[in-house]
Amino acid sequence: MKAIVSVFAKDSKGITAFVTGKLAEKEINILDISQTLMQGYFAMIMLVDLADCTMNFDELAEYLKTQGEGRELAIHIQRQDIFEAMHRI
Amino acid sequence: MSYMFDSSEILQTINMIDRQHLDVRTVTMGISVLDCADESMERCCTKLYDKICRTAGSLVSVGCSIEREFGIPIVNKRISVSPIALVAAACREENYTPLAKTLDRAAKETGVNFIGGFSALAHKGCTVSDLRLINSIPEALTETELVCSSVNVASTRAGINMDAVALMGRIIKQTAERDPMGCAKLVVFANAVEDNPFMAGAFHGVGEPESVINVGVSGPGVVAHALKECAGQPFDVVAETVKKTAFKITRMGQLVAQEASKRLKVPFGVVDLSLAPTPAIGDSVAEILEIMGLEKCGTHGTTAALALLNDAVKKGGVMASSHVGGLSGAFIPVSEDAGMISAVEAGVLCMDKLEAMTCVCSVGLDMIAVPGDTTAATVSAIIADEAAIGMVNNKTTAVRIIPAKGKKVGDTVSFGGLLGAAPVMPLHGESSEEFIARGGRIPAPLHSLKN
Repeated sequence: MKAIVSVFAKDSKGITAFVTGKLAEKEINILDISQTLMQGYFAMIMLVDLADCTMNFDELAEYLKTQGEGRELAIHIQRQDIFEAMHRI
Repeated sequence: MSYMFDSSEILQTINMIDRQHLDVRTVTMGISVLDCADESMERCCTKLYDKICRTAGSLVSVGCSIEREFGIPIVNKRISVSPIALVAAACREENYTPLAKTLDRAAKETGVNFIGGFSALAHKGCTVSDLRLINSIPEALTETELVCSSVNVASTRAGINMDAVALMGRIIKQTAERDPMGCAKLVVFANAVEDNPFMAGAFHGVGEPESVINVGVSGPGVVAHALKECAGQPFDVVAETVKKTAFKITRMGQLVAQEASKRLKVPFGVVDLSLAPTPAIGDSVAEILEIMGLEKCGTHGTTAALALLNDAVKKGGVMASSHVGGLSGAFIPVSEDAGMISAVEAGVLCMDKLEAMTCVCSVGLDMIAVPGDTTAATVSAIIADEAAIGMVNNKTTAVRIIPAKGKKVGDTVSFGGLLGAAPVMPLHGESSEEFIARGGRIPAPLHSLKN
């Protein structure tokens, strides 16, 4: 299953390293990544493949959420289908 | 081809969900319970309970898992069943409250937040069973929490059953005397649709399959946000913007509907393209009309603005879904829309204007509180007016009105949650008593000589 991981936070050092590290730990492969700064806020979006992921989707969503909260990052994971359905014909 | 993501699209979707109240308003499972008919009320209740729990047992858990995986809130998971007046016709009992209580228990067991279908289709005339059901409504709705009831009293092909209209005026008054909340769960229809997923009017029509998944989308906040970007532009641009937004909202509904259908192994019925407001600030249909350039919803121009909105929502949504149905359009429930409440409180939005708006909105007079001393005949006359609009214009109209016991104009009735709070609205004081006392049937309208 492919999913979109989105990360929003106040910009600080090491956010990308932190999040990608957490994903690697759970055997998640990053297929594409984009990051931007919007008025001092950091926004990162990643397309990931969950084929080898060691957790089920719900556990992973909860895990990323709690890991993010520890560093004041809002990390969400959603199935990629929703974005594709909404914006592509 | 693999998915190439565009971060602006992803950010737009996330913003719609996080900041503009985008959600799937309801995933409703329709279940045929016609096979539960039995001479014995007790056996009928047992069959009804077992069938609902068996069929919808995993509805809520599947809804919640879709919600988590897609990151899109599914606000309500609900059940609609075949009109109970049909199922209960075999029973000898006069009072159908035990059936309503059974529906209530089944709803609680399955974890849904409403169950619809304590209903009768009486647009041409009432069967003995229809009358028994209607007469049970005041007790049934006040002794249950989650049961919703609807009665169809008119159709374009059959005309208006004025005996049923007169009766429903009395039933609404009796229900209000017991508990105003009961009236929030009761809707009187003209041209009721068989696949509506929204409450209080959902029931599983007789032309529907054994079970079905219907999804109701929402998104007034998203439309409002998009329209803010086209200030001062001509209406062509406004209509295009609404269409594009409705398309995106509906695609999301379609995805959720297909996913729910697959996981529950229940066929997909329709996506209902409705702009359903909530009392939350920024999730209001009235606000959309105001963004179009009206100082306050209810002033001159409101009907035209709503007509554009209602039509553009359908045009945009219809291509986004394989099957569109239900009530599709813009809802204008007063108590559930912060902008409508504010317009009523400011004295701009009155009953007569609301009635005009129902000619072009998707349903009708919805969640309107009126003074407690409103007579049954006046309630019936309001229903008759609304049914006439539906009958003549070949559209669904409905009345969900709450005569607020002991309250007068200026007071507020609070229902809590998504049902919100309704300011008590003034009505005309002149009597409609003799008009309603006539009874009989208003003939169906002519469909030629259209002028």
